[in-house]
Amino acid sequence: MAQPTLIDNDASESPARPELQHQDAFEQAIAALPDQPDWLIERRQKAWDAFQTLPLPSRKDEQWRFATLNRNVLNQIVPGNGVDAETADRLASRSSFIADHAGQYVFADNQLIDSTPLDPELAEKGVRFVNLETALRDHTDLIEPIFLQAQAELGSEKFVALHKALVTNGTFLFVPRGVEMSKPVVAVYWSSAASTAVFPHTLILAEDNTSVNLVDIFLSDNPEAAGFACSMANIHGGANSRVMRKVVQDWNENTFSFQNDLTIAERDSVVKNVAVNIGALKSRYENMCRIVGPGADVKMYSLTVGEKHQEFDQRTLQVHEAPHATSDLLYKNSLMDECRTIFSGLIVVDDEAQQTDAYQTNRNLLLDHTAEANSLPGLEIKANDVKCSHGATTARLEEEELFYLMARGIPERTAKRLLVFGFFEEIIEKVSNQELAEKIRDIVHHKFTRHQA
Amino acid sequence: MSAEAETLSQIDRDKGNFHYETDYAYDAGVGLTPEVVDYIASVKDEDEWVREFRQKALKVFEKKPMPTHWASEDLNNIVFENIRYYLAKGQQPTRSWDEVPDDVKETFERLGIPENERKFLAGVEAQFDSEAAYSRMKEELEKEGVIFVGSTEGLMKHPDIFRKFFGKVIPIGDNKFSALNSAVFSGGSFIYVPPGVKVRQPLQAYFRINAENFGQFERTLIIADEGAEVTYMEGCTAPKFETSTLHSAVVELVALKNAKIQYITVQNWSDNVFNLVTKRAMAEEGAEVKWIDCNIGSRLTMKYPGVILKGDGARGEVLSIALASDGQHQDTGAKMIHQANNTSSNVISKSISVGEGRATYRGRVHMPKELSNCKNNTECDALLINTNSKTDTYPAITVTGEGNSVQHEASVSKVSAEQIFYMMSRGLDEGQAMSLAVNGFINDLTRHFPMEYSVELKRLIDLEMEGSVG
Repeated sequence: MAQPTLIDNDASESPARPELQHQDAFEQAIAALPDQPDWLIERRQKAWDAFQTLPLPSRKDEQWRFATLNRNVLNQIVPGNGVDAETADRLASRSSFIADHAGQYVFADNQLIDSTPLDPELAEKGVRFVNLETALRDHTDLIEPIFLQAQAELGSEKFVALHKALVTNGTFLFVPRGVEMSKPVVAVYWSSAASTAVFPHTLILAEDNTSVNLVDIFLSDNPEAAGFACSMANIHGGANSRVMRKVVQDWNENTFSFQNDLTIAERDSVVKNVAVNIGALKSRYENMCRIVGPGADVKMYSLTVGEKHQEFDQRTLQVHEAPHATSDLLYKNSLMDECRTIFSGLIVVDDEAQQTDAYQTNRNLLLDHTAEANSLPGLEIKANDVKCSHGATTARLEEEELFYLMARGIPERTAKRLLVFGFFEEIIEKVSNQELAEKIRDIVHHKFTRHQA
Repeated sequence: MSAEAETLSQIDRDKGNFHYETDYAYDAGVGLTPEVVDYIASVKDEDEWVREFRQKALKVFEKKPMPTHWASEDLNNIVFENIRYYLAKGQQPTRSWDEVPDDVKETFERLGIPENERKFLAGVEAQFDSEAAYSRMKEELEKEGVIFVGSTEGLMKHPDIFRKFFGKVIPIGDNKFSALNSAVFSGGSFIYVPPGVKVRQPLQAYFRINAENFGQFERTLIIADEGAEVTYMEGCTAPKFETSTLHSAVVELVALKNAKIQYITVQNWSDNVFNLVTKRAMAEEGAEVKWIDCNIGSRLTMKYPGVILKGDGARGEVLSIALASDGQHQDTGAKMIHQANNTSSNVISKSISVGEGRATYRGRVHMPKELSNCKNNTECDALLINTNSKTDTYPAITVTGEGNSVQHEASVSKVSAEQIFYMMSRGLDEGQAMSLAVNGFINDLTRHFPMEYSVELKRLIDLEMEGSVG
């Protein structure tokens, strides 16, 4: 692990810190993880080469339709290289997002700053929740087939390559056959120094007949400092596993955020993703799920609360490769001020995947007439015995609902708030962890109320 | 079920597979060059501005890339150098049935344009290859000032009316194929309906391709003046050829204040035709435009009728039916561009994929932020008949503004075994049952169609499903 180093707030004045696109950035990232096996160096080298070669996506690419991507997004950003001891202490003390957890890691600018060991009962049953360095040292056999193997398919090839080349920390959760977790394990990722890139990484390997629960939280130390985040999460749900992964993205509103998640669902697994998107100036979230085993059931839920000039660009892919499986997607966006959202979803049903049930719904609530919602809900169906549908709606609050509440003596502002909270609640209740749901409620309500004031 | 399902895709493609020898008095040869474009302008004796328009369009066409970054790769199989861009008999449009040459009449006979249809059709404009071969209008319509002519005649005799809107709804550079059409267009209809005139009976034109490797590039412009109403019907069939042909039309509709235009198409080109059509309407205040679009034939159809809702309270509608059989890709959809307050639009699309056919819906709904109280409703339903049938849906919706709302829904399903069993237990054979189920699927759309078209459409669908009944 890299030693904590003191970072100037103005990173560009620090000559020892190479920019993201500089060869030294890659070499530092390679050096940051000691004793890497050859296969990993090879994978990262390949990713670095790809990152250097691939062009920045442009709006003309079909997969970036409607998106605004700053041409300078990668400029003057340096890879995060840890925080000083004082910052580490301060951030660690602010990281008790969920008190009732089974283990927690806290990272700041790619450095591990705090951890609560995994519940010994789970550890005894063979569950492992470790950071990447430990995973590479102690569990090479487990992670070699899957670590950094996921490919971007929705347009972010360049950013995924960047992540693979420069990632130095993150978590690996392994749950062996038949073991059930009830409380979640938590990973908190802080972005601290200005103009610094962070690379959160989540790798979940759930063996057959397991029950798995993980929460990722993305936060910024400084509410103003420009940030860059490029994360990846790979979830492997084994046969008959129950996997739940929740991610709360609450970077500050000067951050460029790229999230790339891939779920693989095997036979009869139930995999649930819940994403709450609050922060970032521009957030690009690519979420793919591949159903490879019959009978699997995948849920993809997302709630976004956007304001000011935020842009949330969401691209999803539900691939059904096996028959008798179900997938359900619900992305809800509420938009204030000049905020923009883009939802582009695609359901692909392969010709093998008969008896598929696949659904995709995008609901956009326009709270200001200056906000802009774009929907591109897509279907590609190659099997005939399927039930597939998608729906997209964009509207403001229902006049009738508002009238109903006001007719019962509720003031307009309160009535509006109730309706908006009701809109959020459909996703929040999917979180099914009271404590986390309450935390999310606080955050989204706070953001909405602050705006309404 | 799967064994029977296989046979369902065996559709008789030989229907309409006939072809008459014709000698073409005017032939621009093969390939596309500035000389060919000049030749067309000269043969048609066009004004200088039309010639310049064509030449400019050719340059745009050459510059624009194929839209294969989002559209089917099959487009790359079009060899533009092998296509004839103009040919006609040099006939002037004729006014009475007797003057129509016999061989042309015979072709129409086989196509099933019955002579007695004229009784209730206000006018018949039948296009044989590029030039209007037969054109007739009821006298009372002429008296009311309705102009119904070919594109060449329209631009020459009524430039004051048509030039104002020609190429304005669909500019040359809208897409590669609108540029192509603008360079080499010939044929098509130009219609003007004066203020307040309600044309009670539909105007109709039949199109037909009848030369191997010959692209048909008709151009249609319909203007309904304030408070006017008109319905236009377009149907086409084509004989089967061994190499691909290209059909690339441009249709522009202009509905001025409180006017109503209804445009109905039944497209049944043979399955080697690339049918790449740009259709768009402009609706001014209080105007209403309805596209009814049925695509049954062709190898690849790309067609997304659109309405630009330009005036307050304008209304746009697209009702679309697509039937994709083996070897066919029906890539259809709708565009609704809202540019004024209180505008509303409705899109209902139903597609049926048979055998290895592929049906695609692409849509665009746009509501910018300066607008208020706009509404859009979109519904897309896809029916998949066989295990290897395919369907895609790719809508794109942008909404901002005050009190605007959009809803989009799409569903994919198959004809359920219970439905088929139910009908068969009442004495229908499987083919009839399937045909009935398919007709039931589209019935809530076809009942909005003019009677004769819903009958014709039912007949065409039965014909397509006919081979599937083993």
